[in-house]
Amino acid sequence: MTASSSQRPAPQQPAPQGATPPEAPAPRTLPVRELALFGGLALVVLAVFATMGPAYSTRMLVEASCYAILALGLTIQWGYAGQFNAGIMGFVALGGFSATFFSIPVNPAFWASDLPGRLGWVLLAMVVVTAIVFGISRLDRIGLPKLLRTILAIAAGLIGYLVVISWLRSVTGDIESQVEFIGGLGLPVWLGWIVGGVLAGGVGYVIGHICLGLRSDYLVIATLGIAEIIKAFLKNSDWLTRGTATISPLPWPVPDPGEVGFLTARALYLSVTVVMIAVIFFLLHRAYHAPWGRMIRAIRDNEVSAAAMGKSINRRRQEIFVFGCILMGVGGAVLTSFNGLFDPQGYLPLNHTFLVLVMVILGGPGNNLGTLFGAVLVYVIWIMSGPLALALMHAVTALGDSWFDWQPGNLDSRALQARVFVIGLLILLVLRFAPRGLIPEKVAHHD
Amino acid sequence: MNELIYFFNYVVVAGSVTGCIYAIGAVGVTLIYSILRFAHFAHADMMTLGTLAVLLLTLAFPHAGDPLGLPTAIVMLPVAMALTSLVAVGIDRAFYQPLRSHGVKPIVMVIASLGVTLMLQGLIRLFAGTGSQNLYVDARKEIFRIDVPGVTRPIILTEPQIILFVITIVAVVGLHLFLTRARLGKAMRAMSDNPDLARASGINTRLIITLTWIIAGSLATIAGTLLSLDVAFKPDLSFFLLLPIFAAAIVGGVGHPYGAIAGGFLVGFAETLAVFNWSVLLRPVRDSLPTWLELPNNLALVGTEYKIVVPFFILVAVLIWRPTGIFKGKVI
Amino acid sequence: MPLLEAVDVHGGYGGMNILNGVNMTIEADEIGVIVGPNGAGKSTMLKAVFGLLTITQGEIRLRGEAITNLSPHKLVEMGMGFVPQEKNIFPSLSVEENLEMGAFLKPATASRLKAQIYEFFPPLLEKRRQPAGELSGGQRQMVAMGRALMNEPSLLLLDEPTAGLSPRYMNEIFDRVKTINAAGVGVLMVEQNAKQALRIAHKGFVLAAGQNRFSDTGEALLNDPQVAKSFLGG
Repeated sequence: MTASSSQRPAPQQPAPQGATPPEAPAPRTLPVRELALFGGLALVVLAVFATMGPAYSTRMLVEASCYAILALGLTIQWGYAGQFNAGIMGFVALGGFSATFFSIPVNPAFWASDLPGRLGWVLLAMVVVTAIVFGISRLDRIGLPKLLRTILAIAAGLIGYLVVISWLRSVTGDIESQVEFIGGLGLPVWLGWIVGGVLAGGVGYVIGHICLGLRSDYLVIATLGIAEIIKAFLKNSDWLTRGTATISPLPWPVPDPGEVGFLTARALYLSVTVVMIAVIFFLLHRAYHAPWGRMIRAIRDNEVSAAAMGKSINRRRQEIFVFGCILMGVGGAVLTSFNGLFDPQGYLPLNHTFLVLVMVILGGPGNNLGTLFGAVLVYVIWIMSGPLALALMHAVTALGDSWFDWQPGNLDSRALQARVFVIGLLILLVLRFAPRGLIPEKVAHHD
Repeated sequence: MNELIYFFNYVVVAGSVTGCIYAIGAVGVTLIYSILRFAHFAHADMMTLGTLAVLLLTLAFPHAGDPLGLPTAIVMLPVAMALTSLVAVGIDRAFYQPLRSHGVKPIVMVIASLGVTLMLQGLIRLFAGTGSQNLYVDARKEIFRIDVPGVTRPIILTEPQIILFVITIVAVVGLHLFLTRARLGKAMRAMSDNPDLARASGINTRLIITLTWIIAGSLATIAGTLLSLDVAFKPDLSFFLLLPIFAAAIVGGVGHPYGAIAGGFLVGFAETLAVFNWSVLLRPVRDSLPTWLELPNNLALVGTEYKIVVPFFILVAVLIWRPTGIFKGKVI
Repeated sequence: MPLLEAVDVHGGYGGMNILNGVNMTIEADEIGVIVGPNGAGKSTMLKAVFGLLTITQGEIRLRGEAITNLSPHKLVEMGMGFVPQEKNIFPSLSVEENLEMGAFLKPATASRLKAQIYEFFPPLLEKRRQPAGELSGGQRQMVAMGRALMNEPSLLLLDEPTAGLSPRYMNEIFDRVKTINAAGVGVLMVEQNAKQALRIAHKGFVLAAGQNRFSDTGEALLNDPQVAKSFLGG
C-alpha cells in the first residue's frame, strides 16, 4: 500500500515560479489532465457555437487564434527564459501598422506630388545627422579630450535633431494638408505580416540589448514605456497612419466576406491562422527539446551555474526575447488585418498586454500546449464576459440606485472597468494558487 | 527681460512643480524597493487612489477648509493619507505577503503589482469614471502676480503651487528626520542594508514592512493630490505617471531616497525643458539674424503629445551608461 | 543547569542533511569552540542553534528550555546574540546606528550599553559617526560583535570572527572574546584558527562529517596527539 501510494505524483503544490519542484511528478502514460482540460474547452466552444451562431463563434475562434500567437510569443519569453514583457501592446500595434501599410491601396495623390521626394530627403538627413554625431562621438580616438568630445557630440546631436525635426514637421504638415496621408503600398498582406514581425523583432532587439544584462524589473519598465511610445507615435503621426481618423477596410489574404459570405471567409481566415500556429508550434517544440532550448531553460533556472558552464547568457536571452517579439508582431499583424480596421487608439494595455499575460500564466508558462489552452479559454471567457459584465452593472446600478441613490451614467465604460478589475484579480489569484498554470511545464529530472 | 520672466513662469516654476511631484512619487517607489526588493508598478494607481479619497472627502465636506483659509483638499489630505495607507497595508497582506512567504522571485512580485494596478485602475474608474475633475469644489484657485520692476510681464504663482512647495519641503524634511533620528526609521534603513542581519538583531521585519506601506501610501496620496490640485484629478494617468516616477527612482539610484528626490527634479525639468518652445527666447535676436538662418516657429524638442518619450529616453540613457544611477544605488 | 545543550542534532538545507547527530553542552560563563575540517558542518551547527535552518531530529535547549526550530527573532528575545561570518554589519548605517540596531528590542538601555561597548572596543568611539561600511575588516568585526552585545545576550554565537583578519587584529578579537566572556556572557564560536581558539576555550568540539569526533576541554584537545595530528595540522 505504501509502496504504490509513494509512486503517485505529489499533489500540485504552489511551488514558487520558476523554481523546480522538490519532487518530479512521475511520468504518466496517458495525459489525462490535458485530455480532460481540452475536452472541457471543446465543450465550452461547442456551447458558444450552439448559442451564438457559427459566424460569431468563428470570428471568436479566429481572434482567439491570433491571441494564441501572441501568447506563444510571451510563453517563450516568460516561460522559457523568465523575461517578462509588459509591452506586448506596442509590438502588436507595430505589427498591425505594418500589415495596414503594406496591404492598403496606394495613395496616387501622394506619389504624384513632390512630397515623396521631400520625405526622402528628410530621411536622408536623419541618416547623415546620425552619422555625423556618431563620428564626433568617436573623435577621442584621434586625441580629442573626452569631455570636449562629449560636449561636441551632444551639441551636434541637439542642433542636428532640431533641424531635422523642424524639417520633418513641415513635410508631414504638408502631407496632411495636401494629400491627407501617404497611403499604403498595395502589396499582398502577408508581406506586411512578415515585415511586422521584423519590425517588432528590431524593436525587441534594441530593448533587449539595453535591458537583458540587468535585473528583469528594468525590462518590464522599458517594455511598458516603449509600448506607450509606439502607440503615441502611431496615434499622432496622422501623415503616416491617419491617426485617430483610423484606416479601414484592410484586405485579407483570403476572400473577404463580401465575396463568399461571413462564415466561409472567417473559416478560411481561421484555417490560415491555424496553419500558422501549427508551424510555430512545431518549430517551438523542436527548439524546446534542442540543445538551444535546454540551454535557455538552464539559464532561467540557474543563471549563475549556467554562466559558470560558459554559456553566453545575454546572447541567448537576446535571441529568445527577439524571437518572442517577432511572434507578437506577426500575431498583432494577423489580428489587425482580421479586424479590418487600424485604429492606434484601439490598442490597449488591458486587451493586448494583460489579457495575453493572463492567458500564459493561467495556461502554463513554458508549456506550449498549456499556453494554447489558456489563450482559447481566456479569450472565450473574455468575449463572453462583456455582456455579462454589462448585465451585472445594470443589476448593481439598480441596487445602488435604490440603496444609495447612486446613478452612474455610461454603463458600457464602467462595465469595461469591471473587467479590468477582474483581470487584475485573476492575475493575482493565479500567481497565488496555481503559479505554474493549469498545464504546467513538464520539468524533466534526471536522478 | 519679458522673455526671461516667460522662461521663469513656464520652465522654472512648471519644472519645479513637476519635479516635486515626481520626487515624492519616486521616494515611495524607492522605499518600497529598498525594503521589499521589487519594483512596485501599482504606485501610480495608488497615487490616483489617494487622490480619489481626497476628492470624495472634499465632495462630502466642501467647506471644511474655509475656517483655516486653506483649500479643503489640503485639510482632507491627512485623512486620505490614513485611508490610502490602510488600503496599501491591506493589499500587502492579501496579495504580496502570501507570495513573499512562498519565496517567489522578485519578477513575480512585479507581475503581482501589475495585477494590483489593474485592480485599482478598474475600481477607481468604475466609481470615478475616466473624465477629469477639479479638486477645487465650490472654490477657486488663487493666482498671485508678482511684478518685477522694469518688466511688463509678472511672475505668476498659483495657490496650489505654493502649497505644493511647502508640503514637499515638509515631507522631505520629515522623512529625513524620520530616517535618521527615529528608531523605526533607522531600523528601516538597517533592513534595506541587510535584511538577514536586521532579523538577527531582533528587528520586527513585519512591522517595518507595514510601516513602509504606510509611508508609501501617504507619500503617494500627497504626490497625487498635489498633482491634481495643480491641474485636475485625472483617473487615467497610470502608466504615463509611472514611467517618469520609475525613471526618477532609477536615475537617483534605486533604494536611495535622496537620489530619488534629485532624480524627480531632473526628470521634471527635463520634461519641461523638452516641451518648451525655445524660439520664444530667441525672439529678441530673431530680427538681427541673417535671412538664410530663418528660425522655425516651433523649436520645442518634442511635442507635448510625446512627453512620455522624455522619461523613457532618460531611463534608457541611465541604463546604458550608469545602471546604478547617479547616486550609486543598488542595481535592481 | 547548562546554558546551552544540543542533543543528537540532525538537520540541513533542502532535504540534504549536513548535521548527523551533534551533541554539545556549554555552561554559563564558558567559551565553547567548534573546530573541524571544511564541510564538517561547523557553521551549519551554529546556524541550527540560531534557528536559521530546520532541525529534523534532536533537541536544543537554552537553560533547560527547548528552543528547537524557534525563529531567530524569538531567540534574540530569549537572550541569544548571533554574529554571522559575512555581511555582519549594516554598511550604510553609522557605527553608532549599528549598535543601536542591536538594542532594537531594549531601546531604554541603549545609551548605557553603547558607552560600555565603546569601552570594550575603543577604536569604535572615534569612528562612531562614520558609516560602518567604510571601516577596516577588524573594526567591522568589532562593530558586528558590539551590535550583538547591545542586546545583553547570555549566549553569544560567533561565526569565524577572525576570518580574513591580520594576526594583530586576530589576537585582539580573541582577547575581546575573553573579556566578553569574563563579563558573564557564554560564547559559542566556530573557528578556523583552531589552535588559538582552543587556547581560550573552556570546551572544544571537533566536528567531522556532521558528527562529534572529539569533545573535551580546550586544553585537553590541544594536548591530545590524535586531535593534533588529524585536525590541528601536527
